[in-house]
Amino acid sequence: MTTRDGVAAAERIEVTSDQDVVRVRQLVRATAVAVKLSLVDQTKVVTAASELARNTLVYGGGGSVEVLRVENGRRAGVKIVFADQGPGIPDLDLALTDGYTTGGGLGLGLSGARRLVDEFEIDTEAGRGTTISVTKWCR
Amino acid sequence: MVKSGAAARDLREAQPGGRYGEAAKMLSSQEGNSFADLLATHAEAVISAWTDEVAHSLRGRLSHAELQRQVTELQKGFQSALFGGALDLADDAAAELRAQLSELSSLRARQGFSANETAVSVFTLKDAILRVVNTDDAGSLRDYVSFSTFIDRAALFTFDSYVRVREELIADQAEQLLELSTPVVKLWEGVVAVPLVGTLDSARAQVVMERLLQSLVDTGSPYAIIDITGVPAVDTQVAQHILKTVVAARLMGADCIISGIRPQIAQTIVALGIEFGDIATKASLADALRYVLKLTGTTKRQER
Amino acid sequence: MDRVPVLKIGDILLVSIQIDMEDQVALQLQEDLAEKIVATGCHGVIIDISALDIVDSFVGRTLATIASVSKVLDADTVVVGMRPAVAITLVELGLSLPGIRTALNVELGMELLAKARAELDWEAGDSGDDEDEPAVTAP
Repeated sequence: MTTRDGVAAAERIEVTSDQDVVRVRQLVRATAVAVKLSLVDQTKVVTAASELARNTLVYGGGGSVEVLRVENGRRAGVKIVFADQGPGIPDLDLALTDGYTTGGGLGLGLSGARRLVDEFEIDTEAGRGTTISVTKWCR
Repeated sequence: MVKSGAAARDLREAQPGGRYGEAAKMLSSQEGNSFADLLATHAEAVISAWTDEVAHSLRGRLSHAELQRQVTELQKGFQSALFGGALDLADDAAAELRAQLSELSSLRARQGFSANETAVSVFTLKDAILRVVNTDDAGSLRDYVSFSTFIDRAALFTFDSYVRVREELIADQAEQLLELSTPVVKLWEGVVAVPLVGTLDSARAQVVMERLLQSLVDTGSPYAIIDITGVPAVDTQVAQHILKTVVAARLMGADCIISGIRPQIAQTIVALGIEFGDIATKASLADALRYVLKLTGTTKRQER
Repeated sequence: MDRVPVLKIGDILLVSIQIDMEDQVALQLQEDLAEKIVATGCHGVIIDISALDIVDSFVGRTLATIASVSKVLDADTVVVGMRPAVAITLVELGLSLPGIRTALNVELGMELLAKARAELDWEAGDSGDDEDEPAVTAP
């Protein structure tokens, strides 16, 4: 479904440190404002991006984040793709369970982020890395 | 010379929103000129016939003088677009005409006319022209077919604009309704209340939630009463929204009390297995207010 | 690296977070506060997050840790000024910040701390004062 969405603009950030997570947040916010997401939806997508960018850094050992402005018919939205070449997620169902963590966090990053966005796709393989793409649409 | 078959195909390809650019031009420049000449030469007759046709289709709901003024403007619009070299409604020379047509649609939509009645206001130009065309001459008739195509396109454009305006109107009204139906009132120093009236769907519940939370910040009120006396039914989803509001308010440092739970709703809540947990619920708004004042006043030492 | 300033006002330490914090800055704040509590002997901490446009699970966890550490050091923590959009997002994320007291603004936060202190004193039996400021007063 997402492959049919038109992409209006895209920007990419390499995530290798804490500062890069902050830059991802700022870029996602600017993009969310540009596509006119409501304040609550802006907050939701930036929070989700923050969680997932941190995962890319902490669990994926760094990677890249691409922020895209997408269009689907009349709706505009923000799509964010997080990619890393880290160890991957061996048990996806478990990782998507609230409260499950291997990194000493609260275990809400992945499962919580999924609730904050409209579309959530995850592609992972043990040893090969993880790619997560999320989309938030204007109402 | 554009064949009428090709023109008909163009018409079928007309898209809502008006992507006319890629199709072949509807008029040749010679046809455009003769159309413009025709309109100019027979201006009076066309306007008069056109006005009559429109007046007939609208059955006297707009005054004749008003219609005549509109029709005269439109006639001028068509004429100057064609003299300006417009061979297609999408041409730059027709920009003024398109603006006029949009304005007409918007006017009709706001006056409560149907889409049909609005489009007919343009279609009837064909009948008016037919009266001044020499129907015995094959060349004139062929031209007339091309003119018709152009007018059809203009009418479809009007139709599109009409639909767009109506959609905007509906969206505006829905929003106004939403605002009307979700007042947040300050009940006491430090206490706000939202009396919910009517069915709560997801969109409305979200608006209520945001407005309530914002008013807590704006008024610095640590207590909010959500009164659901006017809510006809509570299902799992509505209950979820109320619960989320209460939790969000707590995160911000405010407490919510739910009041006005009618007997059937209490039954439903229990039957659905919805847990209101430790959220305070009161039968009436008065009870809820009394409860809040008690909390903040005399019995502040007791834990809730 | 940016640092979040910690101000002492009477018996209270006031922290107003005005920047989009890197994770490292949040951890630094956690340390600074613990040291400052011990150094000043303050019994209350107010953390103003009204300038934060998001609170993700990392910041949430940091706030919870600050509250726990302060408690051990005999200081109460109140988080004030959370924006509605942030609160809605946290609920969706599943983060309920257990163990953290919250108030709408700094003023109400100070009242809350005063009340908590008075209750403690009352429990300890060294004060008969019943008439502290109610949060809500009749107009």
